[in-house]
Amino acid sequence: MLGYTLRRLASAVPTLFIIVTVAFFLVRFAPGGPFDLEQPLAPQVLDNLRRTYNLDQPLHLQYLDYLAKLVRGDLGPSYTALDFTVGEMLRRGLPYSIALGASALTLALVLGVVAGVFAALRQNSTKDYAVMAVATVGVTVPNFVVGPVLQLVFGLMLGLLPLGGWGGGDLAHRVLPTIALALPQMAVIARLTRSSMIEALRADHIRTLRANGLPGRAIIAHALRGALLPVVSYLGPAAAALVTGSVVIEKIFAIPGVGSYFVEGALNRDYTLVMGTVVMLASFVVLFNLIVDLLYAALDPRVRYD
Amino acid sequence: MPRDNPVHGTMTDPILAIRGLEVRFRTSDGELAAVKGIDLDVDAGETVAIVGESGSGKSQTMMSVMGLLAANGEARGSVKYRGQEILGLPSRALNRYRGRKLSMIFQEPMTSLDPLYRIGDQLAEPLMVHGGLGRKAALKRAEELLDLVRIPDPARRLKSFPHELSGGQRQRVMIAMALANSPDVLIADEPTTALDVTVQARILELLGDLQKRLGMAIVFITHDLGIVRRFADRTYVMKSGEVVEHGPTEGLFAAPKHAYTRMLIEAEPSGRKEPVPTGSPMVLEAKNINVSFHLRQGLFGRSAHEIRAVAGVDLAIRRGETVGVVGESGSGKSTLGRAVLRLLPASGLVRYEDRNLMPLDRKAMRPLRKELQLVFQDPFGSLSPRMTAGEIVTEGLLVHEPGLTRGERDRRAAQAFEEVRLDPLSRHRFPHEFSGGQRQRIAIARAMILKPKLVVLDEPTSALDRSVQKGIVELLRDLQQKHGLAYVFISHDLAVVRALSDEIMVMKAGKVVERGSVAAIFEHPREAYTRELMAAAFLDRREQITSC
Repeated sequence: MLGYTLRRLASAVPTLFIIVTVAFFLVRFAPGGPFDLEQPLAPQVLDNLRRTYNLDQPLHLQYLDYLAKLVRGDLGPSYTALDFTVGEMLRRGLPYSIALGASALTLALVLGVVAGVFAALRQNSTKDYAVMAVATVGVTVPNFVVGPVLQLVFGLMLGLLPLGGWGGGDLAHRVLPTIALALPQMAVIARLTRSSMIEALRADHIRTLRANGLPGRAIIAHALRGALLPVVSYLGPAAAALVTGSVVIEKIFAIPGVGSYFVEGALNRDYTLVMGTVVMLASFVVLFNLIVDLLYAALDPRVRYD
Repeated sequence: MPRDNPVHGTMTDPILAIRGLEVRFRTSDGELAAVKGIDLDVDAGETVAIVGESGSGKSQTMMSVMGLLAANGEARGSVKYRGQEILGLPSRALNRYRGRKLSMIFQEPMTSLDPLYRIGDQLAEPLMVHGGLGRKAALKRAEELLDLVRIPDPARRLKSFPHELSGGQRQRVMIAMALANSPDVLIADEPTTALDVTVQARILELLGDLQKRLGMAIVFITHDLGIVRRFADRTYVMKSGEVVEHGPTEGLFAAPKHAYTRMLIEAEPSGRKEPVPTGSPMVLEAKNINVSFHLRQGLFGRSAHEIRAVAGVDLAIRRGETVGVVGESGSGKSTLGRAVLRLLPASGLVRYEDRNLMPLDRKAMRPLRKELQLVFQDPFGSLSPRMTAGEIVTEGLLVHEPGLTRGERDRRAAQAFEEVRLDPLSRHRFPHEFSGGQRQRIAIARAMILKPKLVVLDEPTSALDRSVQKGIVELLRDLQQKHGLAYVFISHDLAVVRALSDEIMVMKAGKVVERGSVAAIFEHPREAYTRELMAAAFLDRREQITSC
């Protein structure tokens, strides 16, 4: 197991290298630059700025320079938020993003599984169809629609919850962004749980339990453990989707997480800020997928890594 | 279990009484009656067999007794356990009987245990629910139960997961679980069909012993008349949802009253193959065939483990000859069949007619492929569901006789269908519209249309009912006679092998244990393993070679 973990971590290095390389050149080939403002800067100022940030060097040298610094953990200075390094900015934004992502993932998982099991146990009934209809809506309606609608209804019309901001992370501020972020994943998990639960309930070993006269709760417990395996393997993609989703949600709810840096960095051509966000998100997705695979092995004795 | 069991036939009430049982399934094609009003009794301590072919309703009868019908199924009539009506009870009420008084084991030992739980926990659960035992006491009892079903080292096995056990061991665990609360009736639904014959014999022996010690009644659901004849006190014969005949087993076999019973008994593969004409030329000769599989392991995928699937096997086959390759799962018989066709990497020598096949690569082998054909076991998985039967049969012609027009191909398909005794008009239908036996005929037609000289038949009858098998066996014999085909016939089913082969090779663990003519192998097996296989197959004595 340890050997497997180390091998997976080692194989993450080339993956990250490719992501960094593609991202680096993609950002650079986007038109415009970090210092293109509405009022153009004087040519001498621009030259000075470019020299300060090494932007006057040939692109491949800048690339090698970035890689060399990255290996040492240096993400470079931000081009737009002067006096701040990218590392400092990410460190500041990350706690908000992690808090939001964790609560959304928990909510999606708990409610998704509960709804899925509820529907599976009442397969093809009105309740089943109702739950699945809601889930379909959850999958299809994008979060940049759900977010503003929640703000409108619960914030403006009913005045129950704050419209935005983080407010020190209290529950009231968390509710709406968490729901908006979790909803699509919740819907996917509910559908996934329902179908795998239905399949699990039909399995031969569940018939064995029935033949041995075990009560309904024992049957549900056995079926659910098997049904959760596909859900666990979906957690990797779900986490990745939450990461990209949070970029939009943080913007809508004015949460000072890293998602907003990503958007602003991209709009302002703040090369290092965009790169820093990409490196961080990619590392997170790679790491989370590894955790999911290890978790899967812990749940299913037939899976052994060695 | 033994026939001299004195318990049955007393005047006491039956322990399980089924009256007028009907089972229906609601399907998209309307209502389907699976069981059409049957009566059946089980007395304390006796062994009752329910015999029938697939679709006869024999499993659904007992499934409805146990309240295990699929959600779209409905049972009507009466099932009484010791005078108490149990049919249609809600599952909570039914759980007073299931696993306590009535228990059941199933055909699929590989999937009937929960793969995610340890054996000990799975055995302990019903003990804790029904017996009110604590976890510790339940695990201790579970260990005793594993010992009872003769699983070696039971304390260690409690901690095993199902995938760490063989099929036979898993079925033993199922039996242990079924016996946990000392039931009065054990229902065994094809309990040994998925197992190798020698394993089957041991499981049946175990059931017989346990019955003697614990005194429960056993209901055997099976299609295997050999098992019925040997073990059942009384037998019910079912066909299309009805009991056509029932009575004491011995009398039923000696003087079957119903035509269907007679047909079932006669459907045991019979007859022998005509001997090979003398001076028949050699078709294929293989010497010292070795096939190894490597299990990759370690950091850099170095090969840490090598399995020799086939180890130094020779095979020689003449025009018009059938070599039967017999063995249990994992013996290497299918691998050998593929190796001589050069379908997987092997070492050794393979001569086909006057050519050495070993140096040929895929491309050089291609023109020879039409003469060297292969027919698989599974008539469901081996036909593409999206092609018509005719397209499936003629697909090989596209490669091997690309000059043919569409019309010529279609004519050849019609001929091939006639040859395997299928209605040529049915070539425009899709595989799912055919029965298992018909599909196997399509698979045979697909090989025959290329006019092969050698056909490797890999368990072609194993997925079929006996009465259907009989037709396939006769078809294969006729085709061989007509075209002088050479067959390599791979099977674990000795009755079928006996009806088709000239020579027999008995394989075990990749090696040939014994080889010889059909008469020599069946009448005077030299090796202990061959004798064990013979004994385990419960062959009908009247079918012995000497009596032909």
